[in-house]
Amino acid sequence: MSEAQSNSTTEKCIEIRNMNKWYGDFHVLKNINLEVCKGEKIVICGPSGSGKSTMIRCINRLEEHQQGDIIVDGTELTNDLKNIDAVRREVGMVFQHFNLFPHLTVLENCTLAPIWVRKTPKAEAEKTAMEFLERVKIPEQANKYPGQLSGGQQQRVAIARSLCMRPNIMLFDEPTSALDPEMIKEVLDTMVSLAEEGITMLCVTHEMGFAKKVADRVIFMDGGEIIESNTPHEFFDNPQHDRTKLFLSQILGH
Amino acid sequence: MTEQTYAPGTYPDLPPPSDTVGPIHWLKVNLFSSPINSIVTLVAMYLLYLSLPSAISWLFIDATYVGETRKDCAPEGACMAFIGERFNLFVYGFYPAELRWRINLAAILLVVAGAAVLWDKMPARKHMIKFAMVYPLIGAWLLSGGFFGLEHVGTHLFGGLMLTLTIGVTGIVFSLPLGILLALGRQSKLPIIKYFCIGFIEFIRGVPLITLLFVASTMLSYFLPPGTTFDLLLRVLIMVTLFASAYMAEVIRGGLQALPKGQLEAADSLGLNYGQAMRLIILPQALKISIPGIVNTFIGLYKDSTLVIVIGLLDPLGIGRASVADTAWLGLSTEVYLFVAVFFFISCFGMARYSLYLENKLNTGHKR
Repeated sequence: MSEAQSNSTTEKCIEIRNMNKWYGDFHVLKNINLEVCKGEKIVICGPSGSGKSTMIRCINRLEEHQQGDIIVDGTELTNDLKNIDAVRREVGMVFQHFNLFPHLTVLENCTLAPIWVRKTPKAEAEKTAMEFLERVKIPEQANKYPGQLSGGQQQRVAIARSLCMRPNIMLFDEPTSALDPEMIKEVLDTMVSLAEEGITMLCVTHEMGFAKKVADRVIFMDGGEIIESNTPHEFFDNPQHDRTKLFLSQILGH
Repeated sequence: MTEQTYAPGTYPDLPPPSDTVGPIHWLKVNLFSSPINSIVTLVAMYLLYLSLPSAISWLFIDATYVGETRKDCAPEGACMAFIGERFNLFVYGFYPAELRWRINLAAILLVVAGAAVLWDKMPARKHMIKFAMVYPLIGAWLLSGGFFGLEHVGTHLFGGLMLTLTIGVTGIVFSLPLGILLALGRQSKLPIIKYFCIGFIEFIRGVPLITLLFVASTMLSYFLPPGTTFDLLLRVLIMVTLFASAYMAEVIRGGLQALPKGQLEAADSLGLNYGQAMRLIILPQALKISIPGIVNTFIGLYKDSTLVIVIGLLDPLGIGRASVADTAWLGLSTEVYLFVAVFFFISCFGMARYSLYLENKLNTGHKR
């Protein structure tokens, strides 16, 4: 851990500068500036429609930005497909609705990208996949189809699938929002153990317990802007902006 | 029944009540579930009682299956001897008798190639698939000849079952990939590709097949540079394939649109490029969803092949019509058309059953 933190001041993993995005006439992201250091864990929260998902989806170009720069691991995201593919190879993403491939088994879901994108030999890819499935504690499901698993299991497969590409950065887009309360814990536990290993993480979530536990920084977004960015301690105990206070009182107050 | 009690958490799995299973229950649920249903069942049984015995005796008991002339046929039964006498015409058309082995060989190879494509437990399937990929060329060479030592047979001699199969197999084999390309092209972000595909699909769908066949038989020669001659059957094959591919494209587009957006996003986020994402993730799922529509289009195409009669090619129906007019065998239209109908029904029903089998096999239980 200490090593990761001493590096963190020097190496920048993601740089977003003056980034703007529109859907038609609608200005969704307004002048976003964000720097993420290597090994940093960032939790992004905010009301729905505030642009938090859109922002992290810009980082692997699932959404296109119209103005400003996004540099991921030294590669700038432009219309150049080569750069986009290079960034996507290094950035893993976990979705709210898992998005597993239903026509492939759990194991095939995990080995597909390493085999086709990284050109890993099949046997090696399967070995790696089994290691990661063991890490998310579902190796016994390897030969089932996603439709036969529970939501929590599916999400853990989705995490393992991303990890099989050995990404430097993991993006989580509301990974627990579609899950039953019983299953949220198993997914969060997986994410906590992942965070402890020092991978760079950006996580859009409403799980404030998770934010307190693992985040180095919490970012609050509203109306397409980053309103506040602070350590979890400062963020929860001493929020600076009225909008943040209101949001916190609403989600923590019930 | 005595009420038995179980401690919480130990309730066993019990068999269903005996009046909800078994043949009596089946009859009750399916044939006599309500007064109206019972009446319909009884009426249907009465109609069967009226029609089945006479139909069976006409077709089997009183029928004549072996005979040389019209006089050999018993007047009260079906005269199937005529079908037997014309059987080779129905199957081979006007193909020279001494060269019919080529059609037989092509048909056997078609079965082998088809089995490799359709049956996933085929031994050595990987190699057989390669054979299936080149089969269209082999088949065309066997049927039409003209080089590598095979005598050329003009396509005007094609007819009957082999003509139907030629048109059907060519249309099915080429319209599926073409339809996939058109469906993907229609979703392209590049305007030229997109509008070309839309224009093509809408034009072809907006024109009756029969018109396209007339265009194939007459007008193409106006558009092509003078002196180029195109075989009539080849033109028909092209037109039928294009026609089916436009429908195919729309069926597959339906499958593509039924997929959640997240599938492509997941493929993108893993770094798969467009081709890989389509081939490995999107198309396997979209095609699976489209199977009923695809097979529907195949069946339509197969039956539409009878339309070639309007430009002078004789498929089984055309041969049937010509046979009915034979003065030596007058009054046998029922037998002839029944034979043609049964032939088409067997082929189309086979396709429909295969599509059901495929749907079941590909169901991985993700329908929730």
